[in-house]
Amino acid sequence: MKSIYLKISLVLAAFILTISCEPELDPSVEDDQDQLYQSGEANFTNYVSVGNSLTAGYMDGALYVDGQKSSFPNIMAGQFEFAGGGEFNQPLMDDNLGGLLINGNQSLSNRLVLAVDEAGNPAPAELAGTPTTEATNTLSGTFNNMGVPGARSFELVANGYGNASNLPTAANPYFVRFASSPDASVIEDAIAQDPSFFSLWIGNNDVLGYATSGGTGTDQTGNPDATTYGANDITDPQLFAQVYNNLVDGLNQSASGGVVFNIPDVTSIPFFQVVPPNPIPLDAETAAQLNAQFDLYNTQVLGGLAQIGFISEEEAQSRQINFSEGNNFVILQDENLTDLSAVLQGPPFNIDPQTAQTLSQLRQATPSDLIPLTSSSFIGTTVNDNPSLINGVSVPLSDQHVLTPEEQNAIQAATNAYNETISGIAEQNNLAFVDVNSILNQVNESGIPFNGGVLTSEFVTGNSFSLDGVHLTGKGYALIANRAIKAINELYGSTVPMVNIGDFKGITPSNNIAQ
Amino acid sequence: MKKLLVVCLFMLSTASIYAGGYRVAAQGQRALAMGHTGVAVVNSAELAFFNPAGLSHLEGQLNVSVGFTGVLSQTKWQNQNTGQFSETDSGLGTPFNAYVSYKINETFTAGLAIYTPYGSSVEWEKDWAGSHLVNDINLESIYVQPLISIRLSDEISIGGGPIFVTGNVNFNRNASRSLTDLEGDRSNVTIDDSGVTNWGWSASMLITPGEKFKAGINYRSEIILSSEDGKATFRDFTNSPLTPPNTTMGFQAELPLPAELTIGASYEFNDKWLLAFDYNRIFWNVYESLDIQFENPNVPNSINPRNYKAASTYRLGLQFKALDNLTLRTGYYFDESPVKPGFFAPETPRNDANGFTGGLSFQINDQIAIDASFLYVRFEEVKTSYDPYIENGVEAPFEGTYNSNAFLPGIGLTYNL
Repeated sequence: MKSIYLKISLVLAAFILTISCEPELDPSVEDDQDQLYQSGEANFTNYVSVGNSLTAGYMDGALYVDGQKSSFPNIMAGQFEFAGGGEFNQPLMDDNLGGLLINGNQSLSNRLVLAVDEAGNPAPAELAGTPTTEATNTLSGTFNNMGVPGARSFELVANGYGNASNLPTAANPYFVRFASSPDASVIEDAIAQDPSFFSLWIGNNDVLGYATSGGTGTDQTGNPDATTYGANDITDPQLFAQVYNNLVDGLNQSASGGVVFNIPDVTSIPFFQVVPPNPIPLDAETAAQLNAQFDLYNTQVLGGLAQIGFISEEEAQSRQINFSEGNNFVILQDENLTDLSAVLQGPPFNIDPQTAQTLSQLRQATPSDLIPLTSSSFIGTTVNDNPSLINGVSVPLSDQHVLTPEEQNAIQAATNAYNETISGIAEQNNLAFVDVNSILNQVNESGIPFNGGVLTSEFVTGNSFSLDGVHLTGKGYALIANRAIKAINELYGSTVPMVNIGDFKGITPSNNIAQ
Repeated sequence: MKKLLVVCLFMLSTASIYAGGYRVAAQGQRALAMGHTGVAVVNSAELAFFNPAGLSHLEGQLNVSVGFTGVLSQTKWQNQNTGQFSETDSGLGTPFNAYVSYKINETFTAGLAIYTPYGSSVEWEKDWAGSHLVNDINLESIYVQPLISIRLSDEISIGGGPIFVTGNVNFNRNASRSLTDLEGDRSNVTIDDSGVTNWGWSASMLITPGEKFKAGINYRSEIILSSEDGKATFRDFTNSPLTPPNTTMGFQAELPLPAELTIGASYEFNDKWLLAFDYNRIFWNVYESLDIQFENPNVPNSINPRNYKAASTYRLGLQFKALDNLTLRTGYYFDESPVKPGFFAPETPRNDANGFTGGLSFQINDQIAIDASFLYVRFEEVKTSYDPYIENGVEAPFEGTYNSNAFLPGIGLTYNL
């Protein structure tokens, strides 16, 4: 009897032991990473990212914690962990509002959210709330993500860029927060971490400030002295190349490899696509009234000046102002046109100085002009509440509201030069290269499909660009991260897995907006 | 009624790990030990579930079987392309059963059955990669069934009775793959309902042409559970007309508990050995879609295509009377998944399964026996997807490899007088 029970017990025990308590996937992502994912020739143990806002995870016009978690370096670092990557520290902001205080005063505004007005129209608006991140509260420790929003190429090598006493022009409040010492440069702090792998995406702001300001700055091509630059200037491509070389040389001292990114066309971003150059709807009657106002200018003034040879026939033609029923192009002051203010005040025109000033470099926009997103709230407003003085219609827009073809050409030329430098240096140094320029052109032209949609540059609905129209969403950054991982895998023989773009952050709707 | 539906739906969707959909085949320790066969085995009051017609064949005037089963199940998921992985928390489910039969005379036997054929508990890691499909789900249902068994002749008996079902459901998932509040917390919805009720029935027949051979057929009707008074709670949405408000609102949903047909036979080789075979057909094809309609018309309905197909289970059981007071049992079954390719939802993470069972009964005295059973279920590893998840009007398939198993130890008591 007893022996039978014993046998039964033994059989039962054997049965229970032979069945595994846990289901096992083979190979298991969790347990067999060595087998599934390799780092190849690269070493991801200490990845350091260097760059500007795009590296920092800036989106919706601000830097905030949730956005930083979707920064492309943070996404990449998460995937590097499968192939030996280590911890990735970011200088996280103190909140999800994104505003920044300097010495207790708010100097940068909160993030944008998609608010819906009473009429049901969605539009970006600033999130309400009092931000808590104080730039002068310096963080301790080192940070793998050395992305500094607003940084231009040469500012990465500038000592004192993190010194609060150099604010606001010669220092950057974001770097003030986490510079290792007031006199350290961004690149010094990056190199000091002995990165085993790096990413470098810099140069965007070397043209972007010029672009988003509507070309109010100076094209500094040919002038390598950065100390003479204004905030909205185009950086000299020679200076850019020199700085870029230094950055890569410095990072390469310890790194097994790296990935570099080139600069997108500014025309591919929603910031210059949302507002068309012809945003003015007019009925036939109003158009006729406006045409009557400009009739003298179109016929007598331009015709006369062309006749006497002061301006060419061609220029006279390009300066014609014509309105019609439907959508109309804005009128603007174009600094590239011949200045007529003096000649108009003299005989035979004898026009008063104020009108002469208005007409001095007047023309109507063409499909080649670009209007910054930020001008959408200005166009159509009135001057001094005078209903006949409408900005863009009867009052010409100033330089900052229009990026003219000449200005676009300057940006394009600099961008091309930077990109040649970047791809050349990538090749020379055996670095993975991500052609963001062509990726974002593709997003803009045909869109890039992902699991659950298509990334396009359509504002708000296109998934790629955040509400500032310049910086990417989490999904957009995930696309960049995937392309970088692909380039790294191809060059270094690694097998780092990519991410599912659909899992990442898009546009945040909220009506908690600042009043 | 509607509540019941919802409960059922949820059960279906969660699908327990131990039988197709959310069916938990653990309705008696003696049967479970034999591969959950029993439509043609006259053994104990467990017949109240497996074949009520057989109750009139039981010896003694009063027969009682009670038992419960612990369900330890776990599922792992991974996507090798992205490196994402997750696993379910192996919570303990406890299906139970209580059966009583009372012989009124040689022809009529009355009975009462309380059992829990549907239920599921699946808890994934919160905000895991498939959290837009399910974070966690808990389904419970209790069937209460008065029974009558009629011995028409020596060879033929029939049985059956109405079924009263009451169920509960709690189901949480994230609103989408990426929507969060301003702090980055994932927006999510919980639907909860309890005491959802409805009625069904079962009918069966037992044929006993000789001493050794028995054949049986049992049919349990489909029951549609319909939830009308449940609450849907929306959490961690931003304050925006573009997203649902963070409130609790009513919802409506329907869940079908499919009909189940069992036919089977048993043969007693001699006093010691008995072999049983059951074939189950569960008409899961009724489960086309889990549609949740929210009370607030501005909140879009949640449409979750399921597209199940009817599925079969093949069961084999063996009983060996080792000693006068000791009976040993073992069994095996193959369980077909009702899930079609492209419709594999992680709330019901189950594939075709092989079940291995064993157990014993120890007769303490003439009246009382202790029954023990265990079931080990090994689901075939499957690389699959759930395709009909729609985001912004576009299908966003959720893909990966699943591997599940379950271990169900059970204990019960049999009493006859």
